[in-house]
Amino acid sequence: MADLSVDFCGIKSPNPFWLASAPPTNTGDQIMRAFDAGWGGAVWKTLGEPIINVSSRYSAVGYRGNRMMGLNNIELITDRPLDVNFREIAEVKKRYPKHALIVSLMVESKRETWHQMVRRAEDAGADGLELNFGCPHGMVERGMGAAVGQVPDYTCQITEWVKEVARTPVIVKLTPNVTDIVYPARAAQKGGADAVSLINTINSITGVDLDSFTPRPVVHGASAHGGYCGPAVKPIALNMMASVAQEVSIPISGIGGISTWQDAAEFILLGASTVQVCTAVMHHGFRIVTDLMDGLSNYLDSKGMGSVKELCGKSVQRVKRWEELNLNYRVIAAVNQSKCIGCGVCYVACNDGAHQAIGAAPDQRGRTRVEILEHKCVGCNLCSLVCPVDDCITMQRVDNFGDSVLPYKTFSKDPAAYPHVKSNRHDI
Amino acid sequence: MAERFHLPTLAQELRPPLSTDEALAEANRCLFCYDAPCTRACPTHIDVPLFIKQIATSNTSGSARTILQSNILGASCARVCPTEVLCEGACVLTDQHRPIKIGPLQRFATDHAQAAGLPILTPGPRQRGSVGIIGAGPAGLACAAELLRQGYQAVIYDAAPQAGGLNTVGVAQYKLTPTAALAEVAWLERAGLEIRRGVRIGTDLSLASLEAAHDAVFVGVGMGSIPGIGIEGEAQPGVWDALDFIAALKAGDAALLATLKGAQVAVIGGGNTSIDVTTQAARAGAHKTWLLYRRGPEHMSAYVHEIELTLSHGTELLCYATPRRILPGPAAAPGHAAQVGGLEIELGAGSGQSETRTLPATLVVRATGQRGAALTALLPVLSEQGVVKADDWGRTSNPKYYAGGDCVSGGQEVVHAARDGKRAAQAMITDILSKLHTASAASR
Repeated sequence: MADLSVDFCGIKSPNPFWLASAPPTNTGDQIMRAFDAGWGGAVWKTLGEPIINVSSRYSAVGYRGNRMMGLNNIELITDRPLDVNFREIAEVKKRYPKHALIVSLMVESKRETWHQMVRRAEDAGADGLELNFGCPHGMVERGMGAAVGQVPDYTCQITEWVKEVARTPVIVKLTPNVTDIVYPARAAQKGGADAVSLINTINSITGVDLDSFTPRPVVHGASAHGGYCGPAVKPIALNMMASVAQEVSIPISGIGGISTWQDAAEFILLGASTVQVCTAVMHHGFRIVTDLMDGLSNYLDSKGMGSVKELCGKSVQRVKRWEELNLNYRVIAAVNQSKCIGCGVCYVACNDGAHQAIGAAPDQRGRTRVEILEHKCVGCNLCSLVCPVDDCITMQRVDNFGDSVLPYKTFSKDPAAYPHVKSNRHDI
Repeated sequence: MAERFHLPTLAQELRPPLSTDEALAEANRCLFCYDAPCTRACPTHIDVPLFIKQIATSNTSGSARTILQSNILGASCARVCPTEVLCEGACVLTDQHRPIKIGPLQRFATDHAQAAGLPILTPGPRQRGSVGIIGAGPAGLACAAELLRQGYQAVIYDAAPQAGGLNTVGVAQYKLTPTAALAEVAWLERAGLEIRRGVRIGTDLSLASLEAAHDAVFVGVGMGSIPGIGIEGEAQPGVWDALDFIAALKAGDAALLATLKGAQVAVIGGGNTSIDVTTQAARAGAHKTWLLYRRGPEHMSAYVHEIELTLSHGTELLCYATPRRILPGPAAAPGHAAQVGGLEIELGAGSGQSETRTLPATLVVRATGQRGAALTALLPVLSEQGVVKADDWGRTSNPKYYAGGDCVSGGQEVVHAARDGKRAAQAMITDILSKLHTASAASR
């Protein structure tokens, strides 16, 4: 059995699965139930000066009958009194000394106010602090959240203020609502952050009610943009993970649409040391952690790895710039006719949507029989992506270059020297 | 005609295994209900949503462990459980669309685990204490497995040459083959389960020796034979006890199989065993199958889906039918089993408008309910009408004896026996075994 315990910039946690700062971490009662269910840590819902919330607050995007592929919210930070939160933090920490309890903070951009808040959170027993520089709605207009995270100088400045007094590790939570997340990540590191976490939610409007013309979620005939999260945002988060992992040397806590142990493993491979989960818990409850732990542990065992650390960052260097990719490498599609069910989906996808490299005709029984036109196939993957049968269409390597690599930057200096590259599509 | 459709054969499975694609598609349909009704409907309370989610995330080994943790006989239950009235019957999607195929998904996971060579259980650290178990059927196996898991010694004694009890010899062939049943037993034995086959309690091993060798005894002896119904002609060899009939079919009895081709089989009864007989007879090539029940269909104890199954195999259901006389048959042809000359029945008996008919039956099978096992009467526990008296935790009138499975229930599903065995093991640990260590520590 692999060891799931982690040490995240000095914060010890029995496993890498933390609850993200969000509605599931609103109260001590929830967090204690989550720890009982198996969660290794939790980031307390953001504390700041008390606010007022609207009703309603969430809206979602489904896909083909499955609910909550993406979730959007216009809920703000905690609306419970600060002293109640601090009392509960102390109680949770007393009862669960071995779990990681991080407190998320967001206050107005004044040095003294930050100092005071940091001291109170640490006095209550926080194992670490997460600075919420990412909240995309409501707090921005008051000069907080993403208003800080979108300006690297502010990010650096406030991180420095916090580090002046903080005794526990400081994690800066980054907003994805920027052109390049690497800039605020660098600023956090420069300001002395012990770690970064990403991504916060993405600005979104999930849809519009076609009868009332009101975007969702509806607040008396109107709506506001919210923050998008859930499985739909995972690919965006993974890309930002990889960019930040290549850029900063401090640990990263991965966030963004993690619902299964495979999702978690992907974030860890791209450099996360812990992962944070929210939407999947809002959908199915704390109990999902059972399979998160079991699945990750079995996966580590199957790879002969003894700890999460061994997996961390293994894919970071495999994310390259386009011009570094090998132009010699060539694959084409192959159909396993004995598995083909004759749906014709690959044919229409390729013919209308890609490179016209699949032929189709009815067979003797009137079912569609498809054939790859190998001289036209550019190896784009599309047919294998749309095929509903596992391993029916596979991509086969057809070049003879072995490990010989021809990146674009080499090719572009003398294209005539590499005639085989042009003939990657034979009919041109 | 034969090219256009095929009649099901005896060996053809009623619920064939799912392909990986099917399993994933089906698993992704599951809503992952909170406090799921399927889990509540399962007598062993398998965490169904969790094991299905684990299939959906390709954590199939984890899925199998989830199943086996609650029900060590998860592999056979996946095949034989009447899921229509248990987990699948409780599925919230039943009204909306169609229930999740929980049984086949459970089989997908446990088949994977077996094929991958995963251990069925991990024995706990060795504790002091030993239990003697009479009967290697589902209840005895589940009891022994739970004891083993908790670190206690358990030795199963069974008079039969093969273990598995009714799982091996008594379940309809199209649900569970002896091969699959024995593979499950072998899987348990590889994990350390101890079975002594061919040992008849009272003959090969006395009760006194059994009691002396163990700290507690679990009785999982099942039920006995089906008594005669007291009509003329029932002693002739073409008249079968349903359990003997099923056992012979499953053992591949060549004479019986030859005789069934084109046979006309009359089965007397109204429970699930009677369905197993008519359906298997039809699948074995019988030309005609009748199911004779003495009262109206609403009183039949067979599940509705089971009755529908045998009707779909062409069985004719005759209600308010009372068998009166079995006519003598011709001498058995070489290589064939004995036959009868017909079955005289009274239809609508007691209605005042009864008619007597003679069915041209060539075989008659009694599926009218088992009596208690012969051994039950010899055991030092209170029993009533052949059935051992025990509470929900298997405690009998004798503090050293626990019991479960059919010998207590009078005849239920495999999953109930699995639950009984597990619970009795837990009760024995609480009541007796856990105290042995303390007692020995105190005496030191």
